[in-house]
Amino acid sequence: MRALAPLRKVGVTGRGLVVALPYLWLVLFFVAPFVIVLKISFSDIDLAIPPYKPLIEWIGKNSLAIKLNLNNYAFLFTDSLYVHAFLNSIKVAFISTLLCLLVGYPVAYGIARSSGTWRNVLLFLVVLPFWTSLLLRVYAWIGLLKANGVINNVLIWLKLIHEPLTLLYTPLAMYIGIVYSYLPFMILPLYANLEKMDWQLLEAAEDLGCRPWQAFYKITVPLSRNGILAGSMLVFIPAVGEFVIPALLGGPNALMIGRVLWDEFFSNRAWPVASAVAILLLILLVPFMMWYQSVQRRESAGER
Amino acid sequence: MANSADAVKSAPWRDPNARPYVELERLSKSFGDFKAVDDVSLKIYKGEIFCLLGASGCGKTTLLRMLGGFETPTSGRILIDGEDMTGVPPYERPVNMMFQSYALFPHMTVEQNVAFGLKQDRVPKAEIAERVATMLELVKLGGFAKRKPHQLSGGQRQRVALARSLVKRPKVLLLDEPLGALDKKLREHTQFELIGLQDKLGVTFLVVTHDQEEAMTLASRIGVMDHGEIVQAGTPAEIYEFPSSRFVADFVGTVNIFEGKLIEDEPEYVRISSEELGAAIYVSHGISAAPEATVWAAVRPEKIFMSTAPPQATHGSDNIVRGAVQDIAYLGDLSIYLVKLPTGKVVRVTQPNTSRHAEAISWDQQVYLTWDPSSPVVVTR
Amino acid sequence: MNYRRSYFITTCLAFGFAFLYVPILSMVVFSFNASKLVTVWDAANSPTLKWYVSLIHNEEILDAAWISLKVAVINATGSVILGTLAGVGLARFAQFRGRFTLSAMTTAPLVMPEVITGLSLLLLFVAMEQWVGWPAGRGITTMTIAHMTFSMAYVTVVVQSRMATFDSALEEAAMDLGAPPLKVFFVITLPIIFPAVLSGWLLAFTLSWDDLVISSFTSGPGSSTLPMVVFSKVRLGVSPEINVLATITIAVVTAMIIGISLWLSRAGRLEKVAE
Repeated sequence: MRALAPLRKVGVTGRGLVVALPYLWLVLFFVAPFVIVLKISFSDIDLAIPPYKPLIEWIGKNSLAIKLNLNNYAFLFTDSLYVHAFLNSIKVAFISTLLCLLVGYPVAYGIARSSGTWRNVLLFLVVLPFWTSLLLRVYAWIGLLKANGVINNVLIWLKLIHEPLTLLYTPLAMYIGIVYSYLPFMILPLYANLEKMDWQLLEAAEDLGCRPWQAFYKITVPLSRNGILAGSMLVFIPAVGEFVIPALLGGPNALMIGRVLWDEFFSNRAWPVASAVAILLLILLVPFMMWYQSVQRRESAGER
Repeated sequence: MANSADAVKSAPWRDPNARPYVELERLSKSFGDFKAVDDVSLKIYKGEIFCLLGASGCGKTTLLRMLGGFETPTSGRILIDGEDMTGVPPYERPVNMMFQSYALFPHMTVEQNVAFGLKQDRVPKAEIAERVATMLELVKLGGFAKRKPHQLSGGQRQRVALARSLVKRPKVLLLDEPLGALDKKLREHTQFELIGLQDKLGVTFLVVTHDQEEAMTLASRIGVMDHGEIVQAGTPAEIYEFPSSRFVADFVGTVNIFEGKLIEDEPEYVRISSEELGAAIYVSHGISAAPEATVWAAVRPEKIFMSTAPPQATHGSDNIVRGAVQDIAYLGDLSIYLVKLPTGKVVRVTQPNTSRHAEAISWDQQVYLTWDPSSPVVVTR
Repeated sequence: MNYRRSYFITTCLAFGFAFLYVPILSMVVFSFNASKLVTVWDAANSPTLKWYVSLIHNEEILDAAWISLKVAVINATGSVILGTLAGVGLARFAQFRGRFTLSAMTTAPLVMPEVITGLSLLLLFVAMEQWVGWPAGRGITTMTIAHMTFSMAYVTVVVQSRMATFDSALEEAAMDLGAPPLKVFFVITLPIIFPAVLSGWLLAFTLSWDDLVISSFTSGPGSSTLPMVVFSKVRLGVSPEINVLATITIAVVTAMIIGISLWLSRAGRLEKVAE
């Protein structure tokens, strides 16, 4: 790398160049946008293109005025719709995460305990839905849950009910949708973690007098802690800001913050308010994201 | 073309005018606060097989990697054939390494693996083909050229790694635990093959190992390392018979160490009184130590004579003790006896089983132990 | 491993997989249903392929699919380059300035809600247009840039984890034999981690192909992607053509995964030796 020798004098190394490209890309297209969102969250709505007033204005020759409009934030904190939406989103995401864990853990465990071909087949079956469009799979549930949908038709045909149940556009539909969509995100990290487990530890525990259920509770679960946390974060964090599922399955009363942001932006053209929503959502989620990152680091360092 | 046998015969390390082929000058490497290599200076001569021997964590691998260019020294210099190579990256050094895991390129054939280094040097194609073929014949893998690494056994992979690193005719070949992955029989066989190969090609070898048997077999000289320092360097015989410290005495082979105080210090002999032993030790050579100093006498197990009848006393009651046989391990060619002395100290004695119907010594039997006055080595640290 | 498969676990597995697959299978089944109501089986006229025919002639869907394809391919290729650089850098370079930031920036997009990423990117594009005149309007370019930003995070994860099991002695051996670092990467590292890089490409492709939210924010007039078209149709209720689309998607994806898994397991033998 003689060609780089002169560059080396100014601190540019071969290694530096390798990571510079992705680094700069992400700084420009991932981090910088957040600064702009922050800026716009402080501005006024305007009937113009773009629909917000500039933040920094020249007044006279040498003075800059920076107008920080805090109304957007005040609005969000006082209007019950938004408060409600935030809290509801957290609640829904939390419950969905628990449900995913309840359904996903046994599946991940079962796969991790299978051997050879069976394991590959099962993994393939878990991964396949992940590769098919989320949108289409959520759509499938519309077909199942609506008034003349599959579930109702089957129940009526079995003479278990006489009138179709209202399943679609209910909170239940939304939970089903979220759990359904995010299940692979819970199963895969859990499986990755359980796969590394030394099953002889359970045999040792049983040899020392532990019942299978106790061994599971005292040994398997604590050791799979990183997998549980990783899977939970991969479900919880995006679920809080989820838009598609509430829009398609939740009906007009499903108040999720992602949907609120979408409506503010597209329906109301209220970019500043939407930005403020985004910033608050981000502040809410950043601690969880940092937690996720530290879990990932611990897992890759081999800690338990 | 110098080779290891010649090197030993000429012992260039004894000649102050001989120019070293590889010279390490006050080499140190620290990782944060941890000093992996501490101020090591070493001269290695052309055609030697030099072994760095030490336990894991002693710094030998770090030292090797610095020579290969994979670690930058924190301080000190590395000179190869007179040239300063300290800052030079591995792909520009006239040094090649044989890795512990062999590191064969899995997506290339044996032929391509061996040719890789020559390709980097832009050697003409015809010459590459010829040199690769010759080298493969030399390591007895002539028919395996088109195979891929995963189709080879462990021993075969090792030979490919060897061929690959030797085909470039490096000035120095670095070997990182070359025989560690092989089973015992294969290891012995390969040890002699390695020596033969080195002899033929005349390459200077630097071997890193934790296996002292390997070091003793391969090396023209051994450097014993502990905590980042070379505590003693010398021929295998020197290291074994004349260790300079308790550590070296204990590390290479097994040894009995008796702690004692110097009571008589003359040019031709010394006497050490040892409580551990319960007798005095008469050593028929002088040492340099302060009067009344605490010293240690190291006696190798094979140099202790064991008998049921009292031996002939040559120096009064010196060098004779009684004890009871505590344990016996029968190893076929020899037996190891652990003899417990009245002082509580356990002495290790080995005796070859020279006769099938020898006077069998059994457990709890009372025996006499004695040794030649020239046998003990006295160390002062 | 004396593991007696407990009935409980087997039941859970069965339930879990049924839960995952019943909706998918129902979509496939009803794609052959003649009735426009989709879920009410018209026994007299079904099964039929009429909706398959009608889909193939649906201009709107075909145009959208073409746009999605273009964006997905460019995105996948670009993301793979960026992601491989980042993945290799993070795995191999123990210390460099900005390591923590790069690591955080490649983990965050994995969990960030799409509405936030979409909104922020759109606002960036608007601001950039105001300041430097580029990008002029939103369309395929802005969508591709947006997709690349979150896709590369996934590729980084895949490549980084592959590098973790890659014996660095192979790279050192190559350097020892005379190859400078750049050559080592192209001649040794890349060929060996190629299956992982390919998985990354496919992952990025799929993420882009299926993306709705970020595309909606960053697209412009005339650049509607397939998911955007599907979403607008689906908001109004069920539609048989969507069932057909779903069935075709599933068939293609299944075939691809099977094909690639078989190919990877052959290449996987290489990975075993490299460890």
